[in-house]
Amino acid sequence: MKAVAAPLTNKEKPRKSRFWTTFIRNKYLYMMSLPFVIWVFIFSYYPLWGWTMAFQKYKPGKSFGEQKWVGLEHFRYLFNDDTFYLVLRNTLAMSFMGIIAGFAIPIIFAIMLNEIRHMAFKRFAQTVSYLPHFVSWVVVAGIVTKLLSAENGAVNEFLMWLGIISEPIQFMAKGEWFWGIVTVSDVWKETGWNTIIYLAAIAGIGPELYEAAKVDGASRLRQIWHITLPGIRTTIIILLIMSIGHLISIGFEKQFLLGNNLVGDYSKVLDLYSLEYGLQMSRYSFGTAINMFNSVVSLILLFSANGLFKKFTKESIM
Amino acid sequence: MTTNQMLNRSSKSDKIFNVAVYVFVILATIATLYPFLNVLALSLNDSTDSVRGGITIFPRHFTLKNYDVIFSFSGLITGFKISILRTIVGTVLGLISASMLAYTLSRPDFQARRFVSVYLALTMYISGGLIPVYLLIKDLHMMNTFAVYVLPGLVSAFNVFIIRSFMDGIPYALQESAKLDGANDFTIYWRVVLPMTKPALATIALFLAVTQWNSWFDTYLYNGSNESLTTLQFELMKVLQSTTSGNGDYRNTNMTQVMSSVSPESVKMAITIVVTLPILLVYPFLQRYFVKGMTLGAVKG
Repeated sequence: MKAVAAPLTNKEKPRKSRFWTTFIRNKYLYMMSLPFVIWVFIFSYYPLWGWTMAFQKYKPGKSFGEQKWVGLEHFRYLFNDDTFYLVLRNTLAMSFMGIIAGFAIPIIFAIMLNEIRHMAFKRFAQTVSYLPHFVSWVVVAGIVTKLLSAENGAVNEFLMWLGIISEPIQFMAKGEWFWGIVTVSDVWKETGWNTIIYLAAIAGIGPELYEAAKVDGASRLRQIWHITLPGIRTTIIILLIMSIGHLISIGFEKQFLLGNNLVGDYSKVLDLYSLEYGLQMSRYSFGTAINMFNSVVSLILLFSANGLFKKFTKESIM
Repeated sequence: MTTNQMLNRSSKSDKIFNVAVYVFVILATIATLYPFLNVLALSLNDSTDSVRGGITIFPRHFTLKNYDVIFSFSGLITGFKISILRTIVGTVLGLISASMLAYTLSRPDFQARRFVSVYLALTMYISGGLIPVYLLIKDLHMMNTFAVYVLPGLVSAFNVFIIRSFMDGIPYALQESAKLDGANDFTIYWRVVLPMTKPALATIALFLAVTQWNSWFDTYLYNGSNESLTTLQFELMKVLQSTTSGNGDYRNTNMTQVMSSVSPESVKMAITIVVTLPILLVYPFLQRYFVKGMTLGAVKG
């Protein structure tokens, strides 16, 4: 035992002093990173401490010690609130629709773009398709509302011109249209942008595979099915799993901007719920309970998605 | 069937396929462009004439009156100034913080490298949520300040990791020779590494600038009642929500009163164009940078 312990303690000493010599040698690196590490602590980690509010009857202006602790009362209230289940349904519905559409359409579009041999046209189509990504949701919501408007909206005018409908549809005023409108707006805004990664993955496939397929007389559809799609399989799986991790943290911008009082039952999502029923009513504790539920469920989803991913590909995205 | 026939048949189906691809992509391109052109045409059309409907991509009665009206509204001018200011300040600060952190993380001999990497990566997955952050901003007395636009989001883990993976590709020998010449780590970062990181910095600058320009929710949450700190996106949001079908909070803003001389619809279209135009103007020139940056981030992240 002694013989084993002795060299260890011998090793310990230089290791400690080595730490300090490296520390001093690294002093500029520490000076360059420490301010931002503290910064991140304040704005990203400290708010986690605010989760304690979810277990209190939080009153602004009182110190932490003076707050009244109420245990799980807010969560009990939350899980007995009918609005909560409505909001959860909306969140999951729009999230699933978004994942399915936002997953399949960019792949198809990327493959289509890749099949275009006319380079100038391809570049033009790409430039145009990335464009809506850079426009704010405020603008997109404005454009969508205008296009779908019952008064001279382009969509209604077009459908009436085709003779499909005889009078304008009130798209923005009917709740049952809302999920679809959000999904289509999202597809319109982000499809082009989401093709970038797939196009890069497709570009990485060896041209000799296509050459060989051509010699064998494979049609272009067959080449897509047997070469392109398998070639981007890993990318597809990574992106799909990442989107599952973000299942309930879908944000609220679209819903806030496209929604209105008439479609409230379909447009309210978790973050909006916490904004309207927590913050705007000064029910900070209740709102925090909603935020906490959201964050914790997201985290669980993300870890399970990552575990799933590991199982499939023996790699990890985190 | 001979080989020749087979080749013929497949080339025929390839031709059909080819046509289908072009039709699909052309339709998608039209569907993307048309809404913008439609809004542009409406913003340049006489507002009483627009009510008749039928405007597609060309104005029927060309006029600049809608733009005259919106630029006579002082809130829009303030919004324009603040939006430009926050875009510049936010981009510069964001670039400095992200590149500095990225540099320390790219140094293999930096002791705290692993800790800081994990520490930053965690922020991409965990967030305190709306209300804890709101109360923090309130406690820090950042409500009704310009600082709230640029300080809370100063460090973005995603941007740091993109720049870091770019810096990893720069030969380390260059830094070592600078070190032999007696340069300290900060000088190496500033003089040697940063100039070589320009393509990645251009990408991140674009992302930062677009995010800053497009933000509206921080104005809504923290500075909504302060007219001197209003942003362009927030003003557009107010006007868009001021219709009868909107949330209705802003039904009686100054803007709607100013708008009485032309129809609110035309004013909305004109502001939409004003808000969008700066992005459309700079974007085509930066395209090659962000495509590179995106793929770099995807490979590493």
